[in-house]
Amino acid sequence: MDGQRLRALTPAVIGVLVRRGADPAAAEDAVAEAVLAALRRWPAGTGPDSGPDDPKGWLVTVAWRRFLDAQRSDVARRERELRVGAEPPPGPAQDRDDTLRLYFLCAHPDLTRASAVALTLRAVSGLTTRQIAAAYLVPEATMAQRISRAKRTVAGVRLDRPGSIDTVLSVLYLVFNEGYTGEVDLAAEAIRLTRGLAAAAGDPEVEGLLALMLLHHARRPARMRGGRLVPLAEQDRSRWDTSLIVEGIARLQAALAQDRLGPFQAQAAIAALHADARSAAQTDWVQILGWYDELLRLADTPIVRLNRAVAVGEADGARAGLVELEAVGADVPRRAAVEAYLREKGGDLAAAAHLYAEAARAAPDLPEREHLTRQAARLNQANRQRRDGR
Amino acid sequence: MAKYLLLKHYRGAPAAVNDAPMEEWTPAEIDAHVQYMNDFAARLERSGEFVDGQALAPDGMWVRSDGEGRPPVTDGPFAETKDLVAGWMTIDVDSRERAIELAGELSAAPGLGGKPIHEWLEVRPFLTEPPTVTE
Repeated sequence: MDGQRLRALTPAVIGVLVRRGADPAAAEDAVAEAVLAALRRWPAGTGPDSGPDDPKGWLVTVAWRRFLDAQRSDVARRERELRVGAEPPPGPAQDRDDTLRLYFLCAHPDLTRASAVALTLRAVSGLTTRQIAAAYLVPEATMAQRISRAKRTVAGVRLDRPGSIDTVLSVLYLVFNEGYTGEVDLAAEAIRLTRGLAAAAGDPEVEGLLALMLLHHARRPARMRGGRLVPLAEQDRSRWDTSLIVEGIARLQAALAQDRLGPFQAQAAIAALHADARSAAQTDWVQILGWYDELLRLADTPIVRLNRAVAVGEADGARAGLVELEAVGADVPRRAAVEAYLREKGGDLAAAAHLYAEAARAAPDLPEREHLTRQAARLNQANRQRRDGR
Repeated sequence: MAKYLLLKHYRGAPAAVNDAPMEEWTPAEIDAHVQYMNDFAARLERSGEFVDGQALAPDGMWVRSDGEGRPPVTDGPFAETKDLVAGWMTIDVDSRERAIELAGELSAAPGLGGKPIHEWLEVRPFLTEPPTVTE
């Protein structure tokens, strides 16, 4: 059997067990054992006897049996006797509910963000603790503790009412933004998780987040060149992944048609307008500014105001952008970089160089620091040449 | 094998021979420098001597306990801190001589005008685990 395919079934199967009364940690262990059993029984993965006709049903049956065995042998748990019974076979609607329940449980508000991320990757994605630890550059023992603490926190949580989907979305967005160091591609994993949620939830903001992820993921091949950060305006657009862009835009349009706008849909709309432009010069900044106005209405944050100032600078000129920037506090991350950009656009190269150097010192990662230092160096070089040429 | 920490300082080390802030280099000189650093780390990985490398942001602060039931006291960041670590590389090498040799190579990374920076790096041996055989 195909391990990848089995892994995709894991969340739904865990969901069934949880709904039948298993606590999530035990359910997860039981499902992991069932997956192993399937791989042992059908190792080849091809031919007529390549696996059960209904892999999910098979996994549920085996996992449930393993779970019961574990419960029976676990003296400490005997008091919590099980609500076993002949469960009706799950239908599609039941499936969706089970999957949703698992997403909500793993993003439970009682968990810290880091714990919610770890638990989601463990229980919904089915990644191993070692893989998650490697992705977040922490020792495996640390990650194992984080996950088991998270499991203890949510054990016994009853999910009679659905939680807030916003919490789930913010956890998935966090995974996506963690990027792509190490063997596990967290951005791709976040997309996979959001696809699963979108299929179960039917919520336009979930679609909006998925569209946003797809549109950003599409630019990934062009974002770095030889270890160097390439800003959007300078990216080789022929390297953008058009199939991801097409899917992202289609999903966004379907979501917008539901007329329940949210911040992720607005951000995806901005990303879609960038994706639509054949060249940086052809970018429709007026429409982008319109979406920033929507975004500001939905979520008025300093970061949105900062990004909006860039759009104003492009749509109405550097001076107008700088006026907008005055309302953004000096402590907002990347403010100096934005001001540097607008000052250069307005022709004040010396001030821009100074601001780029300041922005470089405050940069949160090395590629960004190097990029900003290079911008400062480029302007200083231009200033020197201008002086010497005179 | 013995582990050594190669420490790079924003401030606090004696002045480098070729001392100029990076934004005053040309973009091509910055590229050459970054390439040299990446190649250096990659070569140490291949030779099995690389352990870890991290960079630190310049902003930091001092923190100390202020007693039970009270929030910790913080101070800083200080713009003029005399000694400010910028980052480190941990290496695992056969000898002190090898550690010095590698630190020397790292210090020769190209800077302004494409010439080696000759910056001072601090080299600190790790304290080790106690040995099994003690007699």
